[in-house]
Order: sequence, then structure tokens, then C-alpha cells
Amino acid sequence: MENVEKHILSTKELAIGYGSKVVAEHINFSLETGTLCGIVGANGIGKSTLLRTLGGFQSKLGGNIYLKGKTLENHSPSEMAQKLSVVLTEPPASKNLTVQELIALGRQPYTNWLGSLSSMDKDHIDQSINAFLLNDLRNAKCHELSDGQLQRVLIARAMAQDTPLILLDEPTTHLDLYHKVQILKLLQQLAHQNQKTILFTTHEIDLAIQLCDKTLILDGVNNPFGAPCELIEQHCFERLFPSEMIQFDAKTGTFKVNK
Amino acid sequence: MSHPRSYRLSFVLISVALCLAVVLNISSGSVSIPFSATLSGLLGKPLEVPSWEYILWDYRVPKALTALLVGGGLSLSGLLMQTLFRNPLAGPFVLGISSGASLGAALLLMGASFVSSFASLSFVGDVSLAIAASLGSFLVLAVVLIVAQRIRDTMALLIIGLMFGSITSALVSVLAYFTSAESLQRFIFWSFGSVGNLSSQQLSLLAGIVILGVLLCVLSIKALNAFLLGEHYAQSLGVSLKKSRLVIIAAAGLLAGGITAFAGPIVFIGLAVPHLTRQIFDTMEHRILVPAVFLYGAILMLLCDTLAQLPNSVNVLPINAITSLVGAPVVIWLLVRKRKMIF
Repeated sequence: MENVEKHILSTKELAIGYGSKVVAEHINFSLETGTLCGIVGANGIGKSTLLRTLGGFQSKLGGNIYLKGKTLENHSPSEMAQKLSVVLTEPPASKNLTVQELIALGRQPYTNWLGSLSSMDKDHIDQSINAFLLNDLRNAKCHELSDGQLQRVLIARAMAQDTPLILLDEPTTHLDLYHKVQILKLLQQLAHQNQKTILFTTHEIDLAIQLCDKTLILDGVNNPFGAPCELIEQHCFERLFPSEMIQFDAKTGTFKVNK
Repeated sequence: MSHPRSYRLSFVLISVALCLAVVLNISSGSVSIPFSATLSGLLGKPLEVPSWEYILWDYRVPKALTALLVGGGLSLSGLLMQTLFRNPLAGPFVLGISSGASLGAALLLMGASFVSSFASLSFVGDVSLAIAASLGSFLVLAVVLIVAQRIRDTMALLIIGLMFGSITSALVSVLAYFTSAESLQRFIFWSFGSVGNLSSQQLSLLAGIVILGVLLCVLSIKALNAFLLGEHYAQSLGVSLKKSRLVIIAAAGLLAGGITAFAGPIVFIGLAVPHLTRQIFDTMEHRILVPAVFLYGAILMLLCDTLAQLPNSVNVLPINAITSLVGAPVVIWLLVRKRKMIF
């Protein structure tokens, strides 16, 4: 039990899916404070479903999810909001919000009934803005931002929510290599310096191997979980895709196209 | 969010504009009363002509108050719907909410006489009219919202709203076909829209409904701001989706339904005013938008009513004609100028 308490997020024999259709099962992992963890897997294997289930947006089909040792279902909406923040693939509904307004919304779990910001809230907002290099964009509207900038704003909002756990659904899609690395570097920094536990889904397996502390490989059957080097030694990445087209090179930690 | 202080000047200006609009509205009418006399009358001084006093206090002041409540309330209802549906084109009229209120009112005004032609219309009281219209708008709002959960496409949602509008107006036509001339006339006049002719009892009931709607709206400000990010984000911020959605719908339905019951289906105010307001108050923060939209709507409605009053003439134009003439070009102008209305 003590072991469970120490971990921010852990799952036990978790099964996910829609209605009666199981997408993936036997998902077991647990994350300690200050860990950056990537979820990798083929398209349609249930990465986003897993993230939505962990975020409480859809119900699990079996097993258990523990947030700081307490099951996810036993959390009230406001308790959840102070433990877990999310960055989703869907853009914000209103693109007319300014960067600062959007990030300030992250403070909602702590503000009064009208949403007035205290000086502590403002400090958190300023810290997030500075950490994600958004100072020059403070008053820009979201529809004026590039994809990379908007992604940074959304992550800064999650940081301002000041939760021990942050879930991100494909934070690097639609970005070029430079901005992918920038986002992942910032996430790594957030995890290690601010002691946040960060879990994100991604298709950038080589980048995840280089930057993450832990990796969850979702294959729907065994779902191996561990440090990237351990998983490479156990040949877990080789089984990720059918081998006739691409092959994993354990020396460099990247996939190579078969010639 | 951005500092409310920076909008203080705008709020002062818009409040002054509201006072001016009220005075302008009161000083114009079929009987010409000098502007100075109107002012001194409003300040509580006795007037030279006794009939002026009667006109002023028993007709024009209640009418101005009604216009103020109707304009502010409808605009607020439009703001709530635009945020709830995350759609810049949502509004009480576009989504068929006003048609729902019309159906409720029609069922009461015409259906009652249709069911029992013996029963006099006297039992069709103000309260029952307000309830019937509100129920009608709640019904359509609820159906549109259920459909909105299934259909994410906003254009499809608007078309569905328009279709509901058609269905309800078709039902109204069927009712009209079978009803007596007397009740039909009553309904037709109601459907032209009017902010005059409210008894003090009706006015206080309307005020009560609008105040209740505004209160529910103020209680929802935090949730409305969270909804700007989308429903999933709102949920992750600790907003109870079901409860907040219910309160917002109740407020929007109460405002649109209650107002439509007393003033008739008034078009375009609910749709256009939130956008016009954002031309001055360039923010999405509902703590600022809610009061600003109410004030702006009140001003616009007072001005439309003043125009409808045709200075020094006995004729009064239907208020709906004026709000359409003012509102429709505004929406076109916004669309052309901004290419698309960014919500």
C-alpha cells in the first residue's frame, strides 16, 4: 500500500475501450514524482483512449486507476482539477482569448465563485508565461498564433493549474522537428525542475527514447513499461510494428526503413 | 484575466449612453412633449399640462423600462447561447428558441379557445402566458442541446435550429387555421413584437423574470469562462458540466421565453448585440461581457423603440421591423469585415 502512496499515478490491470469493445487491456504502470513518461504505440492501438480514460473523460472497462493511492472514481470534480491537468488535441473552443486570458483559466480550481485572481494566482500565471517563453505574446489572440506557439500556451495553462500530474495527448503533432524538440525539452524541464509527473502520447518514438525517463509501449497485450534503455534491451520496440517495412536499430534507438 | 480597470472608462461611457437613450426614448412619442418638460417631469417636478404627466408616468416610463429589460435580457440570452454552443451565430432566434416561445404562446392564446370555445380568454393570464412561452423555449432549447451533443458540426446545428423554427411556426399556422378570428388577431399582434402596453403588474413580472435570469447568469460566469476552452477542458478545470449547462440553459430559456411572452418574438437583438459589444469591449471575459452586453442591448432596444415610434406621429411601426433593419446589416457587416466571425 505504501508503494502505491508514493506514486502519483498507477494503474492495475486497466482495460480501456468504448462500450463493450475493449481496445487495450492489462495496462500496468506507475509513475513517481518528477517523471516524464511517453506512451508510444501504433495508430488506433488506444493511446488517446488511455489518456482520456486516465483524465476521467471516459470510463474504464476494468481494472483500477489510482491517483496518489486513491481511485480515480473517488475524486470529486474539484479534487481532480487540483491533482490532474490536461492538454488535449482539440483546440480551445474560443480562438478569441488572449494568451494571458487562456493561461489564467488554468487557475479556476483555486479562484472564488466569480473567478477573481489573487496575487498568488497572478504569480503562477507569470511563472507559466515565463517558463514557456510567452512574454512577448501575452496579449496576442489565440487565432494569431502558430501551431507551436498555441501548443506552448496550452501547456503553460496546464502548468498554471499547478497539479502534480499533467496529461498531454499528442503534444507534438503538426509541429516541425525543431518545435517538437522544443516542446519535449520544455516538458522535460517542467518534470525535472518543478517536480511534475508528465504523461504524454506521441508518435516520435526516437525522441521519446532520448528524452523520457519512462516509456509505456502500448501493444494491447503486454504493454511493456520501463526506462527506454531497459525496453530496448528487452527488444520491446522491435515488436511495435510489423517488421517487413521498418526495423528498429537498438544501437541508435531509431527505426530504419528496409531497403 | 486582463485588468477590468482598463474597461472602466468604457463602462462609464456606456452607462451615460444608456441614460441618454432612456431620456431620448421617453421624450419621443405620438404626443409632442417638449424635451425640457420631459426632463423636469422625470426629475419629479409637476408639469404644465396634466395629461403630459399621465402620458409620461403611465405610458412612456413603463415602456422605456420594458425596452431596457427586453433589450438587455435578450442580448444576455444571446451571449449565453453563443458561449454554450461555442458558436458565433447562435442566438434566441436562430436556434429556434423564440419560435418555441411563440408555439407556447400560440398554444395558450389560440389553443385554449380551440379546445373550449365557451371558456373566455380571461383565464389566460399574464403568468400563464409567461409560463407557456418559457416552457416552449425551454423545450426547443433542450432538444437543440441534445442534438448538439451528438452533432459536433456547428453549421449542422444552426440548420437544425432553423428547422425546429420552421416546425414550430408550421404548428402555429395549423393552430391559426382552426382558431377564432379574435384569438388569431391577439396572437398576430403579439407576434409583431411590442414593448408598450404592459400593465404595471406585467412589467413587474417581466422585471422579476429578467432579474432571475441575470442572477443565474452571474452565478454561471466562472463556468462560462471555462466553456470558452471547450467542454473537456471545462471538466478538467473542475466544472460540473451537467449542473452548469442546466443553469445556463435555465437562464437563457427564462430570459428568451419570459421576454418573448410579454414583448413578442423580437429578432436579431440576441444575435447581434454580443458581437457589437465586443467591438468596444475586446475581451472574452464574462465578468466584463455580462454587464456590458446587458447595457449595450438595453441601449440598442431603446433606440430601436424610439425609431419605431415615428416622432410626432400616431403610427407605431412593429418593433421587429426596426430590429431586423438594424440587426441584419450589422451581422452582414461583421461577416464581411472580419471574413468570419471569430468566436
